[in-house]
Amino acid sequence: MAMLSFEKKYRVRGGTLIGGDMFDFWVGPFYVGFFGVMTAFFAVLGTALIFYGASQGPTWNPWQISIEPPDLKYGLGLAPLMEGGLWQVITICAIGAFSSWALREVEICRKLGMGYHVPFAFSVAIFAYVSLVVIRPVLLGAWGHGFPYGIFSHLDWVSNVGYQYLHFHYNPAHMIAVTFFFTTTMALALHGSLILSASNPKKGDVVKTAEHENTFFRDTIGYSIGALGIHRLGLFLALSAGFWSAVCIIISGPFWTRSWPEWWGWWLDLPIWS
Amino acid sequence: MSSLRFHARKKALLLGALLAAGLVAGCEFPPQESAQSGYRGTGMSQITNKAKAEAIAFANSIPEVQPEADDTGPKASEVYQNVKVLGHLSEGQFLRVMSAMTEWVAPEQGCAYCHNVENMADDSMYTKIVSRRMIEMTRTINTTWKPHVAETGVTCYTCHRGQPVPANIWFSQKDHIAAGSAADNKGHNTPAPNASYSSLPRDAFTPLFASAGQIRVIGKDALSTDAPGESIATTERTYSLMMHMSTGLGVNCTFCHNTRAFAEWDQSPPQRVTAWHGIRMVQGLNATYLEPLKSTYPATRLGPEGDAPKANCATCHQGVSKPLGGVSMLKDYIKELSAPPR
Repeated sequence: MAMLSFEKKYRVRGGTLIGGDMFDFWVGPFYVGFFGVMTAFFAVLGTALIFYGASQGPTWNPWQISIEPPDLKYGLGLAPLMEGGLWQVITICAIGAFSSWALREVEICRKLGMGYHVPFAFSVAIFAYVSLVVIRPVLLGAWGHGFPYGIFSHLDWVSNVGYQYLHFHYNPAHMIAVTFFFTTTMALALHGSLILSASNPKKGDVVKTAEHENTFFRDTIGYSIGALGIHRLGLFLALSAGFWSAVCIIISGPFWTRSWPEWWGWWLDLPIWS
Repeated sequence: MSSLRFHARKKALLLGALLAAGLVAGCEFPPQESAQSGYRGTGMSQITNKAKAEAIAFANSIPEVQPEADDTGPKASEVYQNVKVLGHLSEGQFLRVMSAMTEWVAPEQGCAYCHNVENMADDSMYTKIVSRRMIEMTRTINTTWKPHVAETGVTCYTCHRGQPVPANIWFSQKDHIAAGSAADNKGHNTPAPNASYSSLPRDAFTPLFASAGQIRVIGKDALSTDAPGESIATTERTYSLMMHMSTGLGVNCTFCHNTRAFAEWDQSPPQRVTAWHGIRMVQGLNATYLEPLKSTYPATRLGPEGDAPKANCATCHQGVSKPLGGVSMLKDYIKELSAPPR
């Protein structure tokens, strides 16, 4: 595969966490490494098992294929393969593949002498997934509390789990998470439009600089967060969205079993008006 | 400057600690118990706090059964005067159920709560008139509403729990509360326990439980956009009532519904059928037995709008899906409280 002239310079040896030089090579543009092998292994095995599960199920309709977790009666034990065991193995594969991908990112960071911001950010996404299929089920005492692997079926699960707390929008952590999701999109829209407005001028026009960008926001809201600052803010907003999503589902069940509107009783009981 | 910063930090720490303490205090800690109510992976399950469940089970323990009475000998109607609904019992059975009712309904006040003790046959006390009607109501529940109460049935204790007035009754409340000149909250934002403290209308009972009628505002198709004739108000009322049913029974929506298709009976757990009969039962009891007692009660027993106290799901259920944990007290009083005398 073609390689850019300067690319060779960055293909440096070392920085691996496991395996030394053994997997320290590239396939085409892709760095492999021990964790690249692990990612491929888990991803291929997990996907194959999903296809196997689909072959044993009632449909090949991609919207309706679903690999369900075990019945609650199996608790935190292993379930028979066709009664949720497959879900358990696929879950292990998924966590193995996601974690290996994050560690492969770490190895690349080490090679390039960069910070670990990207693998850290990806870890928050992994944490959100692990919250759903490991942390919350373990706290509730059964793997059956995990969500099913299917396009429609996981949406139905979300609906029912929301209605387990009568009105999920009253969940305080859900409120915070939703707010962060919206704020993330707003920050990205402001940032994206600002950069394009400065650096993608009409034909024949000159490209503007950071001074124009800063001045735009100083004129608009009296303050510009700056070129580095906007990326810090963006990362904080995005990771907070994922983090509070994980919190909002972990507390639903393990730390609150009744309706979410009822949780707000403390507000009604504040000594100011009660 | 540095001392100022120190104080600010101290304050922030204190505030943080208070916030953390508040959050932790608002928690129900594991272990939790869960019961599956749908196919695996659908997310249909009931999750309850173990410690709370034990406390609720304790609060729903039942009183001891009165010793069996001799069913031979003269009838109560022959021995006593003015015995209208229990006259077919033997004297022993009659006294037994009287003792049981005293224990169930007025254990502190005793016989004098309903009877003029100078003349037990006297009908001058309203409580006696109400009690008589309540015995008839209990029999109606135990005979014609078996689709809801099954063979478990109900007794006075199911609702009363040792109190002359059951803890869970309802009165009509004005739907519209004018707050100032411009605001009419239409029953919203008056956080009511019946609507599980949500912003839904606080009184869904007057329109939906006081008399017979269909209550369902429910989408029948995916992404349904309109249900002709249904307003936001009636929709919210339906949801408010459903909040009451959930909290009254200590269950969540998935006890009766697969929320992917609320309306579909073939996707719903069988409990929904029992609840369907329960809704009709409550509507029937309120219209036939409870509201008509309005003229019998003194004004102090009536609600702010002048209506009689009425029943909803929580009146019997009191936070559990099977009242009194599903234990049948009726089986020990079947002659007295089930088959009406012919």
